[in-house]
Amino acid sequence: MSFVPHTDAEQQEMLRLIGVSDIEELLSTIPESVRLRKPLHLPQALSEFEVLRELEALSAQNASVDQVISFQGAGAYDHFIPSAISSIISRSEFATAYTPYQPEVSQGTLQSMYEYQSMICELTGMDVANASMYDCGSALAEACLMAAGDTGRDEILIAGKVHPLYLEIVRTYTHGQGIQMRVIQHRDGASSIADVDSALSENTAAVIIQQPNFFGIIEDAEQIVKRAHDAGALAIMVIDPISLGIMKSPGEQGADVVVGEGQGLGIPLSMGGPYLGIFAVREALIRKMPGRMAGMTVDVEGNRGFVMALQTREQHIRREKATSNICTNEGLMMLAATVYLSLIGPEGLKEVATLSLQKSHYLADRITTIRGFQLKYQKPFFKEFLVDTPLPATEIIYRLSQKGVLPGIDISSLDPEETGLLIAVTEKRTRAELDRFVELLRAL
Amino acid sequence: MNIPDTLRYTKDHEWIRVEGDYGVVGITDYAQSELGDIVFVELPQVGSSFSQGQSFGTIEAVKAVSDLFLPASGEIVEVNANLGNAPELINKDPYGEGWMVKIRIKDHAEIDTLLDAKAYRSLIGQ
Repeated sequence: MSFVPHTDAEQQEMLRLIGVSDIEELLSTIPESVRLRKPLHLPQALSEFEVLRELEALSAQNASVDQVISFQGAGAYDHFIPSAISSIISRSEFATAYTPYQPEVSQGTLQSMYEYQSMICELTGMDVANASMYDCGSALAEACLMAAGDTGRDEILIAGKVHPLYLEIVRTYTHGQGIQMRVIQHRDGASSIADVDSALSENTAAVIIQQPNFFGIIEDAEQIVKRAHDAGALAIMVIDPISLGIMKSPGEQGADVVVGEGQGLGIPLSMGGPYLGIFAVREALIRKMPGRMAGMTVDVEGNRGFVMALQTREQHIRREKATSNICTNEGLMMLAATVYLSLIGPEGLKEVATLSLQKSHYLADRITTIRGFQLKYQKPFFKEFLVDTPLPATEIIYRLSQKGVLPGIDISSLDPEETGLLIAVTEKRTRAELDRFVELLRAL
Repeated sequence: MNIPDTLRYTKDHEWIRVEGDYGVVGITDYAQSELGDIVFVELPQVGSSFSQGQSFGTIEAVKAVSDLFLPASGEIVEVNANLGNAPELINKDPYGEGWMVKIRIKDHAEIDTLLDAKAYRSLIGQ
């Protein structure tokens, strides 16, 4: 289907056919008292060249990871993005595709959804995945609503350090729904099993555990999942898909629901979005799962085809009884993640995860030799760690940014109860970059 | 359209067959034909109680979901386990193998408030 505006002649033809002399006649039902009878006060139109100049000047005020060396994390990471991804997702069939409500003309879209869902199931060890949500925060919020609906209980326990921005979104979604959120404070950077035990009750719908947690620390998630189940609650795990290249899958650990941020899977940082909300569940929850889901079937001639499955979960059929009112997915980013996973494969993902792990530990070891810098928490971590600093984190960030290095995130800017510099290291950071970072810190 | 004289009916197209203190409940032939292929039924736990007209479950066809309303107040004593694997029994045999729940009737007087076969026939314009 091509998207070409109508010509004046075509417009006249259409008007003539419906017996109307001009467009104004079609607007005649709008009361005169609300009609704007003068042209809109817009500046003069610019030429294509002038527009390009203006936009280029604006965008030049931003820096990208092509120009600076980034150690920023907290949910969005500078992982490598293979070039093949943009050439595939910028194909017009994918870039302009709409919601696949009509399967006969949407087989490409539906097939890519099915492949993505299958890969997420393999990666997370879960039985079924949806075709994505907007981002991890909203996926987590939806998981909480689903848990409350499924168990009939109204309390969500947050075990340890979950990303504060995700929790803000959960707060927004659960507000007014009679669902309570209760944070169990971390002990020395991680969750305490004893604290989780004493907080669990027959009101607990779900326990949320982030793995690795917001500090980058690896939690004893399996134990917490078990405790949640003993109390009749669901276990929601929030994961980093890159970490699943080397870490035990949430499915193997008994998670009921898995949500995650898929940005690291071939999606650019883009100043915060669009990102990708991963959402997967055990089979028993399939009818409660929100979001779009592709299924594989055969047509009347026995040929394989793809359709939207179990639409009776969705709000366009179940209306106010649907688990969620979401009627979309993050299609283009989902496709990017699918292409990424196909290109790097299980071996490649393992390599990305291993390199990130090793490089972050190399950096942590060297930074902590500098006086005034130490690891905030002495716990195992994956690719991100929190350091106490001799100068305020904001000052370090300001001074190193001038030298083309983004040293990390001032954690107090996201969570006022914490202090320190949160540093993330991906497979992209070379040894020279890591060493340079250390020298810049030493010279402060 | 099959509308057995021995049953009582609700305005929402459920039927109930009274068997002493108990009642067997399902949906009518008219309802199953309007819904089309049934793909899933969500039924309550044994032991739960509902009042007359309260929703006790849902029934899903390919493009629609409907509530199921209990014809008379009572406690669920049995649920048709075959419907989990074979929801199409409701289409094939709505009054027999497609039965949904069996209840212990709380108040027999409520049965008299339901439609008889003749009244149900005129409701659906037959």
